[in-house]
Amino acid sequence: MKPSDIKILIVDDEASIRDALSQWFELDGYNVSSAEDANAALLKLQQEPWDIVMLDIKMPGIDGLELQRRIKKIDKNIITIMITAFASVETSIQALKEGAFDYIVKPVDPDDMSHLIRNAVEQRRLMYENSQLRQHIDDISYSDEIIGESTEIKKVLEKVLEVSQTDSTVIIKGENGSGKELIARAIHSQSNRKYFPIITINCGAYSDGLLESELFGHEKGAFPGALYRRQGRLEMADKGTIFLDEIGQISEKMQADILRVLDTRQFSRLGGDKKIDVDFRIICSTTHDLERAVQEGSFREDLYYRLNVVTISIPPLRERKLDIPALARFFIKKYSQSMNKNVLDISQDTLDMLVEYNWPGNIRELRNVIERAMVVAKGNLVELDDLSFFFPVVEMGSEETLPSLDEVEKIHIQKVLELTNGNIAQAAGILKVSRLTMYNKIEKYQLKKSRNDLPR
Amino acid sequence: MPYIYIQPIKTDHSLWIDDLEKSVYSVFGYHTKVANLDINLEKTFDQARHQYNSSQILLQIISRPPADAVKVVGVVNVDLFIPILTFVFGEAQLRGIGSVIALHRLNNIFYGLSEDRGLLKKRLVKEAIHELGHNFGLIHCNNQSCVMRSSTYVEEVDQKSEEMCSRCQELLRGLL
Repeated sequence: MKPSDIKILIVDDEASIRDALSQWFELDGYNVSSAEDANAALLKLQQEPWDIVMLDIKMPGIDGLELQRRIKKIDKNIITIMITAFASVETSIQALKEGAFDYIVKPVDPDDMSHLIRNAVEQRRLMYENSQLRQHIDDISYSDEIIGESTEIKKVLEKVLEVSQTDSTVIIKGENGSGKELIARAIHSQSNRKYFPIITINCGAYSDGLLESELFGHEKGAFPGALYRRQGRLEMADKGTIFLDEIGQISEKMQADILRVLDTRQFSRLGGDKKIDVDFRIICSTTHDLERAVQEGSFREDLYYRLNVVTISIPPLRERKLDIPALARFFIKKYSQSMNKNVLDISQDTLDMLVEYNWPGNIRELRNVIERAMVVAKGNLVELDDLSFFFPVVEMGSEETLPSLDEVEKIHIQKVLELTNGNIAQAAGILKVSRLTMYNKIEKYQLKKSRNDLPR
Repeated sequence: MPYIYIQPIKTDHSLWIDDLEKSVYSVFGYHTKVANLDINLEKTFDQARHQYNSSQILLQIISRPPADAVKVVGVVNVDLFIPILTFVFGEAQLRGIGSVIALHRLNNIFYGLSEDRGLLKKRLVKEAIHELGHNFGLIHCNNQSCVMRSSTYVEEVDQKSEEMCSRCQELLRGLL
C-alpha cells in the first residue's frame, strides 16, 4: 500500500488544527481531507471509504464520542484516533473502550505523532492484507480442479458440498491416484474452517513411533534425538482440518490413541503431561476395505464407526471414462502454462487411445502421462507419437524379436514405479502384489525406483 | 531569471549563506538571493507556549514574494510550533512557494552542548533542502540517508545526508 492509498479524515472545529494536521500528513504522502464538524464528517464518510479518522473529542453539536459511535456503525474497521486537551483524558479512555485506536493530547510531540500514525497505517495495512487473503481463500475452490461431467463425479461433488457445511468426520474411499486428497481439500475449502489450515499426514509413510511423534508432537528430551519441543500435526490443525491419508495402515496402538483424541479432543505431547485442547475436523482416506479389516480384526470396530459418519467413494478412472477427455485437456492447459509451451489440445486418435486404456494408476497416472507427453510434444497438439513411451507400437515380428515374459514384466514394473515416483507400496497396490514381491522384483530386474534414479 | 530567495529573520546570515547557496544550486539548479521582506515576528509569538507560530510566519513570507522568486525560504532563530505539535524544525507548503526553518533546535546550545557552527550549518542546509524539496512537490522518503526523510529529532537530522536518494532525484527532475 502506497501512502497515497491511505485516506485520512481530520475532524476538528479549530481551523488551525485541521490545517496543521492536513499539511503534516500531506508531507508524508497521505491522502488527507478535513471536516469542521461531525455532520460534515458523516457526509464525507458516507460518500467514500476512509482508512483513518482523527477527531476532536470536544466539538459543538455532536461530540467526538458520539461521532466515533456513528463512524463505527458505517464501517467498524475505520481506525479512529481521538484528539483531546489534557482536561478530557477520561473521555479519551472512554473512547478507547469504545474502539478508538489511540488518542493524542494537544500539543503532541512530533515523534509521538509520527509513530502513532505509522502504527495506525500498519494496522490498516494488516486489515487490508487480511481481507485480501480471506478473499483469496474464498476464491480458491478446489472443486474447480475436480474435473468431470460424469454422473459418478457429479454425485461426489454433491456430497462434498453437503458435508462441507457440517463438522462430521468423513472417510474418503478410492484407489491410488483417484484424487482423495483433492476431495479432502475441496471439503475443507468450502467449510467454515477454511481460514485455518488443513494438515495432511500420510499414515502409511511413517513407522508407529514416528507417526505418534508426528501426530502428537514431543517435548524436549522425550526420546533420544528429541532435541527440541515439537508441535504435532494435531496441534497445527487446531480450528482447521486434519487429513489422515491411508488410515487403514495404522497400528492397533495408534488406533487406540486416535480414538481417545477423537473422544476427548485432548492429548499430550510425547514426554509431556500438559493436556492440549484442540478443535479440528477429521477427514481420512483409505484404499483398503476398512469393513473387511474390521471383520478380520485388524481395524478397531469402535474407531471405524467413530470415523465412518460420512463416506465418499471416488470411482476409479476406468469407471468414469467419460471424464478422460476433459481431464486430459485440463492437464494440457496446466502444463502448457507451467512449461511455457504452446500446446493447445490433443488429437482425436490419441484421445481415443487414452479413453480405451484401463488406468490402474487413475488420474495420477493420466496426469503423469500427459506431463511426459507435453515434454516431447513439438506442435500445438499432443499426438499419438508423443505417447510412444506409453503405448509402444509392438511389431509382431519373428520369434527372435518378440520380448520374453520377464522382459515385458520388467518394463511394466519400471513404468509403474516411474508413475508412482518410486513409491513401492503404491506400485504394489497398482500391480496387486505384496510389497515383498515388489522388492524381490526390483532386486531381480535391478530396477530404478524413480525417475530421479534413472541415468540422465 | 528566477531565483530561490532566502529570507533571514532575526539571524546573521553571513555565517551560513555561502554554504546554503552552493547546496541549493547543486540540488535545484537555481541561484539564491537574500530577500528583505517585512516580517513581523512579534505578531506570531504565543504567550502561553513561549514559541512562535510557524504557520503565521509562513503566511507573511508568501504574502509578498519578490517577483523573480521561484521559492522563498525563511530562516529564523526562534523556536517554532504548529498548533497540534510541541515544536517543528520547519514548515513548508507542499507544491507551494514558501517554507520556514527554525535554527533554534538545530543549535547544540539548545541541548546544553557547546556551540558547533559547522554542525549548525550542515543541519540548516539539510533542513533547507528538505523543505525546498516539499515546495517542489516531493513527499517524505523512507530511505535512511535521503535528505527527504522525515526527522522529528535533531539526531535524525544528523543521520541523514545532504543528498537526495536516486529515486527522489529522479522525481525532482520531473518536477523542476
